[in-house]
Amino acid sequence: MLSKKQARAFFLGGTLVTFLVFIGLTIYSFSVENDQSNHENITEAVVRGKNIWESNNCMGCHTILGEGAYYAPELTKVVDRMNMKYDGQGEEVIKSILMSPVPWQPNGRKMVAYEMTEQEAEDMVEFFKWIGEIDLNGFDRIVSPLAKEDN
Amino acid sequence: MKYKSQKVAYWFFALSMLLLVLQLVYGFVMGFARIGFDNLHEFGIPFNTARAVHTNLLVVWLLSGFMGAAYYIIPEEAQRELVNVKLAYVQLISLALVGVAAVVGYHFNYWEGRKFLEIPRPLDFLVVVNVLLFLGLILVTLFKGKRRTTTALVLSMGLLFAALLYLPGMLPFDSQVTDSFFRWWVVHLWVEGVWELIMGGILSFLLIKLTGVDREVIEKWLYVIVGLTFLSGVLGTGHHYYYIGVNKIWLIVGGIFSALEPLAFLAMALFAVNMYRKGEKKHPNKLALYWTLGAAIVSFVGAGLLGFAHTLPQTNLYTHGTLVTAMHGHLAFWGAYGMIVLAIISYSLPNMTGRKLYTSSTGRAAFWLSNIGMIGMTVAFGVAGVVQVYLERKLGMEFMEVQNETKVHFVVLILCATLFTTGIIMYIVDFYKHGKPSDEALEINQ
Repeated sequence: MLSKKQARAFFLGGTLVTFLVFIGLTIYSFSVENDQSNHENITEAVVRGKNIWESNNCMGCHTILGEGAYYAPELTKVVDRMNMKYDGQGEEVIKSILMSPVPWQPNGRKMVAYEMTEQEAEDMVEFFKWIGEIDLNGFDRIVSPLAKEDN
Repeated sequence: MKYKSQKVAYWFFALSMLLLVLQLVYGFVMGFARIGFDNLHEFGIPFNTARAVHTNLLVVWLLSGFMGAAYYIIPEEAQRELVNVKLAYVQLISLALVGVAAVVGYHFNYWEGRKFLEIPRPLDFLVVVNVLLFLGLILVTLFKGKRRTTTALVLSMGLLFAALLYLPGMLPFDSQVTDSFFRWWVVHLWVEGVWELIMGGILSFLLIKLTGVDREVIEKWLYVIVGLTFLSGVLGTGHHYYYIGVNKIWLIVGGIFSALEPLAFLAMALFAVNMYRKGEKKHPNKLALYWTLGAAIVSFVGAGLLGFAHTLPQTNLYTHGTLVTAMHGHLAFWGAYGMIVLAIISYSLPNMTGRKLYTSSTGRAAFWLSNIGMIGMTVAFGVAGVVQVYLERKLGMEFMEVQNETKVHFVVLILCATLFTTGIIMYIVDFYKHGKPSDEALEINQ
């Protein structure tokens, strides 16, 4: 049977090897030829949008890239989806929701009234557009059937 | 209790219980919002606030419990008093203050909205200082102690790595993708990595005390289990990387290693049950034994089996970002970490207070009600999740329409949560009945 010393070697060795592989794979997946995070299209507006997204804890209700709280819709392809629903007026609809002084209430479920400025709402839309162009290994097709032709 | 300084653990446990109750309150706020009673929205508790408070209190009450466990276990394992008891109380109070500041801040839009890591940056630094103080006390005590046991080492290593792994979460990134990528270094490597070391350490301590099986045997298996945990868990992080915008390599790596993750939990469950069977000395503290074996078994079901249920990329493509995740999350956290904290409290409380209420009927009811309630909640989340996946992702129905269809499951969820909460309240009644820790409870002759 395994001795305590061998058990300890298994623990330390296994941990070291898997952690090194983990670091290696991290470097691999962010190297130029393997990167699919669409980071080259990040503009200042996108970064401002991300900061607004975080400072209001939007992920506390919505999901984005499939992460969040499952209480409000997935927003990965939200601009495309809203464009389809509102005849190409998607961006305007999103902005009016974000700028609204009263809570938006689709089907009775309330969203916080953020009363954003035009500029802030614009930045949010830029953030959503950038998110919408990330290569998600097929997940975008599942959360937005409209995205089928794009992939 | 063998050392006076172990008493400090009591206050960490008390804080832990208080925060647990608050966590449940915010859970109910969310449950009611989901069935249409979102009445607190206008009064500073919209869903996103409730959610941030609910998940962060979970982390803080468990950490407070882990710290209490360490303050109880380390002196006994190292065979000496804690190096500085006053600093331990300072650390307790500062932990409580940081926790309260964060939770109050969430009600005033003061947060960093990154799921699970909502604590705003200035408070992050306070957390780091607090944890360093805690680790300093624990590690110096261990270093100066008469002996260094494997149990103590594994527990301390878990706590040390947990502190180190908090740091990647503080790196700033412009890209949502890299932000998310490194956020999982904290969240995943905590709960499916180093926290399991902490759990393993506590479990091993409890099994040594409760079953009387030889320390050498138990500690050998502890190494095997934590070895399996890291072997599968580190690369298993890949299951969070399938669909967030990083390379496809993670579909393969994450898929294979995630599939191995239940092994560590299976080993933990088999180990605990076997040690219990082998044990000749039967400790009179039956409640502690219930919670200990319960933690090992429920964590296998919740973390191991239910995790495996949606960890393969082919399944996860549909379940990623749905209530299926909430199903797995609830039973996994309860089994692996909630129950182990309640186990160490049940074991140490009679020793610290001198009141040996080993088999109270409230204590037994607390165990069964909370477990049945949590299993019911898990089933409710699971059914709602499967309905959501089918309607929304297979049939392409709109998100909000699907949410209306799943309202009834949340009525069931609230009923089960009530059962669960009743159990927890009974546990706390028992906690309160034990009274305050006392120096007279010292076991001089052992």
